[in-house]
Amino acid sequence: MQLDDLNEIAEKHKSSRKKIILRTCMSAGCMSSQADVIKKNLEAEAKAQGLEADVEIRRVGCMGFCGQGPLVGVDQNGGHGLWEFVKPEDAPAIISALKGGECKVQRGDPKHPFFAKQMHIVRANGGIIDPERIEDYIAIGGYTALHQALTEMQPAQVVEEVTKSGLRGRGGAGFPTGLKWGTVAKSPGAKKYIVCNGDEGDPGAFMDRSVLESDPHIVLEGMAIAAYAVGADQGFLYVRAEYPLAISRLQVAIKQAKQLGLLGAGIFETPFNFNVDIRIGAGAFVCGEETALMASVEGKRGTPRPRPPFPAESGLWGCPTLINNVETFANISAIINRGGEWYAGIGTEKSKGTKVFALTGKIKNNGLIEVPMGIPLRQIVEEMGGGAPDGRQIKSVQTGGPSGGCIPADYLDTPVDYESLTKLGSIMGSGGMVVMDDSTNMVEIAKFYMEFCMEESCGKCIPCRAGTVQMFNLLEKITQRKATARDLAKLEELCDMVKNTSLCGLGQTAPNPVLSTLKFFRKEYEALLQPDPFGPRSDGTAKQPELVTK
Amino acid sequence: MLPTLSLKKETNAERVMQHASGDKRFKILEVHMKKHQFRHDALIEILHKAQELFGYLEDDLLLFVSIKLKLPPSRVYGVATFYHFFQLKPQGEHTCVVCLGTACYVKGADKIINAIQDKCKIKSGETTADNKLSLLTARCIGACGIAPAVTYDGHVAAKQTPEAALGKISTWI
Repeated sequence: MQLDDLNEIAEKHKSSRKKIILRTCMSAGCMSSQADVIKKNLEAEAKAQGLEADVEIRRVGCMGFCGQGPLVGVDQNGGHGLWEFVKPEDAPAIISALKGGECKVQRGDPKHPFFAKQMHIVRANGGIIDPERIEDYIAIGGYTALHQALTEMQPAQVVEEVTKSGLRGRGGAGFPTGLKWGTVAKSPGAKKYIVCNGDEGDPGAFMDRSVLESDPHIVLEGMAIAAYAVGADQGFLYVRAEYPLAISRLQVAIKQAKQLGLLGAGIFETPFNFNVDIRIGAGAFVCGEETALMASVEGKRGTPRPRPPFPAESGLWGCPTLINNVETFANISAIINRGGEWYAGIGTEKSKGTKVFALTGKIKNNGLIEVPMGIPLRQIVEEMGGGAPDGRQIKSVQTGGPSGGCIPADYLDTPVDYESLTKLGSIMGSGGMVVMDDSTNMVEIAKFYMEFCMEESCGKCIPCRAGTVQMFNLLEKITQRKATARDLAKLEELCDMVKNTSLCGLGQTAPNPVLSTLKFFRKEYEALLQPDPFGPRSDGTAKQPELVTK
Repeated sequence: MLPTLSLKKETNAERVMQHASGDKRFKILEVHMKKHQFRHDALIEILHKAQELFGYLEDDLLLFVSIKLKLPPSRVYGVATFYHFFQLKPQGEHTCVVCLGTACYVKGADKIINAIQDKCKIKSGETTADNKLSLLTARCIGACGIAPAVTYDGHVAAKQTPEAALGKISTWI
C-alpha cells in the first residue's frame, strides 16, 4: 500500500457514487427501532420505483439526534435533508419524495441549533460514511494522516504536534496527551503497548459507543499514529461487552485495514508494524481506571494498583504502555492532517478543541453533540437541547457520572471546560450530561450514584469498599426520613474520608455526587431530617439518654 | 492430609474431563482456547465464549477452563465472579434486562423494574420458578438517547413504560 493506491481507492469510490444518497442511521439507538428493516424496505422500494440506478441506500453511523430516531438523511442536488421517527412502512413515501412526491414523514431541520452550534472533529464522519466499508473512510481522506506521520515525520515530531495542539485526555481527568505520549516515548524498553480505553462504564454516556459504531477507522488510525510516535507495535482496544454492535464493527474494520496493509507488518511499506487486538470487557465500572483496565487486559480481576509506577513507565506486563480514551485517539488524525496550531485555535486557553457530550435526561432534544470547549452550559441545554419538556424548569445538569457532580440551574452560564467544571465541584468526565428538571429529587440522585459506586467498588481498598456501603446506608436512612442532623454530619465526615484515602479514582470520586448536591441542594437533605432526640436543645443543653433499668 | 488433598483434586479433574468428553461444546471451547494459544491473558475471552456456548458458567466448566489453561481454579473462579457479565446460575427461557443508567433512571426506569418485580414476584437477578423469565438490570447499555431502554432477549426496545414492559413480558409467562 502506497499513497497512490490510497488515492486510487478514494477516486474509484468517489466516481462510483450515485446521484442521491439516503443515509440510514444504523447505530444502536436507531437499530432498536428497526433501522435495519427500514434500510431493507428502502432498498426494495427504490428498486420497485425504478430509482435503483440513482439512489444509494447507505448504512451510516450515529447522526446524533438519537431522541428523534430512527433517522434517515438525504443528500440530493447538493442539499441535505433529514427525516425523523421513520417507520419501516414509510419507505414508499420517502422514495417517492426523492422524485418530488408527497411525504408526510416528519422532516428534521438541519439548521436547528442542535446541529448548527456543533463543531465536528471527532464526529466528522459520523452519519456520513458507512462504518463497515473502509473505502468510505479512505474516500473522505482517511489514513492520509497515518501516511503523513510515517513518511514525512519523525516520531518526536508527531509527539510535538500533539503537544502543540493542547489536546487533553478525554476520559475525564484531562491529562495533557502530548506529555503522556512524550513520557512513553522516552521510557526505555524494547516492547511497548498502546491501549485504547473504550470501557465507557459511566451511566448516561454513550460517546465512545457512538464513535466506535460510526467511525471505527478514525480510532484505529489514531492508535496507529500513537504507536509510531511512542515506538509500540501492539495495541489493545478494550470495549465493553454491553456494546456488541461496536465490537462487531471494530472486528470488520480491523480485518479490512489488515487486508489493505494499513495495519499489520510494514504499513505503507515502511518498517513500521502495528497490530490491534480487541479485548472485550465483562461489565466492571472500575475497569475504566487505567491500572484496573490493564489488569483486565491481562485476563485478571480488574483491580487497580497504586501509582506510581505509572503505566507510561510500567504498564501491561511491566512494559511502558500508553493508555488513552477512544475520543482522544479520534482527535489525532485531524491534528496531524491540519496541524497542532489549528487545533489549539479552538476552545479556551487551557481546554483546547472540541468535546463530545451525550445530552440526555429531562430534555427535549436528546442525543450526541460535539461542541467547542468553553461554550456556556446554557447554550447546550437551552438552545441546543431545547430546555426541559412539558413546560418544566431545568433544575440541574449532572456531568461526569458517578465521579462528577450536579451543576444547579443558577450556574448555567458557566463555560464548559475542565477548570470551570472542577471549580463547581463537578468534572468534565467522559462526556455524560444528564439534565434534571424540577421534579427530580436530588437526594435520590445522590443515593442512586452511591448505590452504583457501592456495587462497582472492586473491594481492594477498605475506604471505598466499606465507606460506600456506609454512605449508602446513611443516604437510605435520610430518604426514609429516619435520619437526624448527626447522620448528615457523619455522612459528610465519611465523604471526606473516602475521598482522601481511597486507592483509585473510583473511591476518590465516589463522594462527589453527594458533596455537590450537599453544596447546592442542602435544603433538600435538611427537609428530610428528623429532630435529634439526643441533640442540642434550643436552650443549649443536651438531653441525656435515659438509663433503662429493669 | 496432603496426599488426601491431592487425591481429591485428581479425581475432581478426572471427573470433569470425563464429563467434558461426552459434550461437543467442550470441544468447541477447546478449539477456541487453542486459537488463543492457551494464553493466560485470554481468560476473559475464553469465559465469554464458554458463556456463549453454555449459557452460564457452571463449576465444572470453570474447572475445565482452569485445567486446560493451566491456571489455578481460584484465579478462574475469581475472574468469573468479579465481572457482572458472567452468570454462574442458569438463566430462564427469556431474559429481560432493564437499563438503570442515569438517563433511564431519571426517566422512570425504576418504575419499570418495580412493576416487573411486583408482577413476576422476583427480584432483579432472579429467575421465575417456572424458568420462563430472568430479570436483570444493566448499568448502562449506552442507549441513553432513547431512554428508558429495556432489552428483551437481546433486542433493545426504546422509550419503555411500565405498561409496555408488562405487556411484552405477559406474552412470555
